[in-house]
Amino acid sequence: MRISGKAVIFGDDVNTDVIIPSKHLTSLDPEELAKHAMEGLDPKFPEKARGGVIIVAGRNFGCGSSREQAPLALKHAGVKCILADFFARIFYRNAINIGLPVLECPGISGRIEEGDILTVDLEEGKIINETRKAVIEAHKLPGFILEILRDGGLIAHLKKRLGGMES
Amino acid sequence: MNLAEKILAYASGRDEVKPGEIIQAKVDMAMANEITGPLAIKAFKEIGIKRVWDSGRIVLVQDHQVPADTVKSAELHRIMRRFAEEQKIKWFYDVGSGGICHQVMVEKGHALPGDLIVGADSHTCTYGALGAFSTGIGSTEMAAVFATGEIWLKVPETIQIRVEGIFKKHVTPKDLILHVIGRIGASGATYRAVEFTGSAISSMSVSGRLTICNMTVEMGAKTGIIEPDEKTLSYVKQRASRPFRPLRSDPDARYERIFEVNVDDLEPQVACPHRVDNVKPVSEVEGVRIDQAFLGSCTNGRLEDLRAAAMILKGKKIDRRVRMIVTPASQEVYLQALREGYLEIFVEAGAIVSNPTCGACFGGHMGLLAPGEVCISTSNRNFVGRMGSPEAEIYLASPVTVAASALAGRIVDPTEYLGDEG
Ligand code: SF4
Repeated sequence: MRISGKAVIFGDDVNTDVIIPSKHLTSLDPEELAKHAMEGLDPKFPEKARGGVIIVAGRNFGCGSSREQAPLALKHAGVKCILADFFARIFYRNAINIGLPVLECPGISGRIEEGDILTVDLEEGKIINETRKAVIEAHKLPGFILEILRDGGLIAHLKKRLGGMES
Repeated sequence: MNLAEKILAYASGRDEVKPGEIIQAKVDMAMANEITGPLAIKAFKEIGIKRVWDSGRIVLVQDHQVPADTVKSAELHRIMRRFAEEQKIKWFYDVGSGGICHQVMVEKGHALPGDLIVGADSHTCTYGALGAFSTGIGSTEMAAVFATGEIWLKVPETIQIRVEGIFKKHVTPKDLILHVIGRIGASGATYRAVEFTGSAISSMSVSGRLTICNMTVEMGAKTGIIEPDEKTLSYVKQRASRPFRPLRSDPDARYERIFEVNVDDLEPQVACPHRVDNVKPVSEVEGVRIDQAFLGSCTNGRLEDLRAAAMILKGKKIDRRVRMIVTPASQEVYLQALREGYLEIFVEAGAIVSNPTCGACFGGHMGLLAPGEVCISTSNRNFVGRMGSPEAEIYLASPVTVAASALAGRIVDPTEYLGDEG
């Protein structure tokens, strides 16, 4: 799986309350959630993300609550992949489960500038900075996580696995 | 193996597990609330199987926006209600029957020593206080658990925190955990289990242990955990909804890091805006004017917390410029506080007593802050916008510090302000 897009930079400890404020949690509609993605940090983010971007962040991205609405809002706003030094654990699992690729890449935050064009190779665990002609190594994802991402998320993956069991 | 590893070994049917290994484990209980449940239910339906894996091992709780404040939240409640009925979910706590999900899990005996529990809420780590391995997951993953009763987990490294000493008067378990978070940092325990041990933990009540484990997620931990002892067993024995198996760490258990704390000289602590790890002794923030004081949440809304605050507020009036909201964590706590006369004390002091709900804690449907306002809260998060306006400020503290500050109208050090009172 290869993903390309423009980099949008965020700092350390971006929490789920700023990714999607709790007042929007009553909505189950991903498109509605997407309109408020990153509202707590940058209300213009949904405009910026339209058409597809890659978020590059620092440490502990997605800390705070278990709300899956956070990765869902980002995905539907146009985020194709998130690269961070490391993630908060529930956010990390949620993103994979809804089919939004996330890659841990210690030290990434200082090596990419806003607007750089990136290509991410998930299988290889490599990030190519097309703008600066540099290659950055990330932690490779375990095989079963890649499989979930290839299937488009945990539900699609389970459907394949369990779908035929009961009718 | 340490306690966390032992539980994971048991849950995955192995003799031994090691940190870093990925296991497939069977869960003992799965919990969701009306914020995370409806998404899980939607995802469950998409999988295309008809029945949940075990209708006696799922707990559904309405707590975040209770009673419903908007048509939208009423709809979320209804999705939960219908699913509970359809799937014959045995443990469904509707409006008026439970309270905040984490309090319900421990109080109704669903979280037990030796269990592996997953909950679609980040503060699921609370039940580690009873010797369970409990951790938060998201909605889609919960759908998979509803379907299979299983989950993949990476066996975490464990940090052990040894707590010795005796708390000074007006210094509480909340002050200890704030202090620890301040030292370890908001991401210092990411992916790790945090085990608490030592004489200060043994002498602490179950309620205090719940407060401590509740906040371990604020340093990124997968779970907080405490070995079950006599206190734990006498708490759970009267409540257990099924048989359980207490486990303990082996004498030669391995820890990634050992961290020592002595509480003898610990002062009351406050987490300042806008980070939970921005912790200072209260003496350094004394004098900050407050507009609102909140006593409640899954961190500090238990009977012991209400009692401590009531003893301080008894016969007094809170500052006229402060609005105080008191929210018991559950129907059981509410009823007990009513019987013991605390609710009367709060009302006479000029506070509002609400029904059990998450309410003000997460800025959902009540107790919101206007731009520029300051709140002192017993809850667990002070993120930007958490309780309303992104321009408001939240300080986190113990029930004692919150009650004393409500009287003063500004943040005060309860050890000085109250002296031997309370
Ligand atoms: S009381 Fe607050 S922290 Fe606890 S479950 Fe409710 S919203 Fe979450």
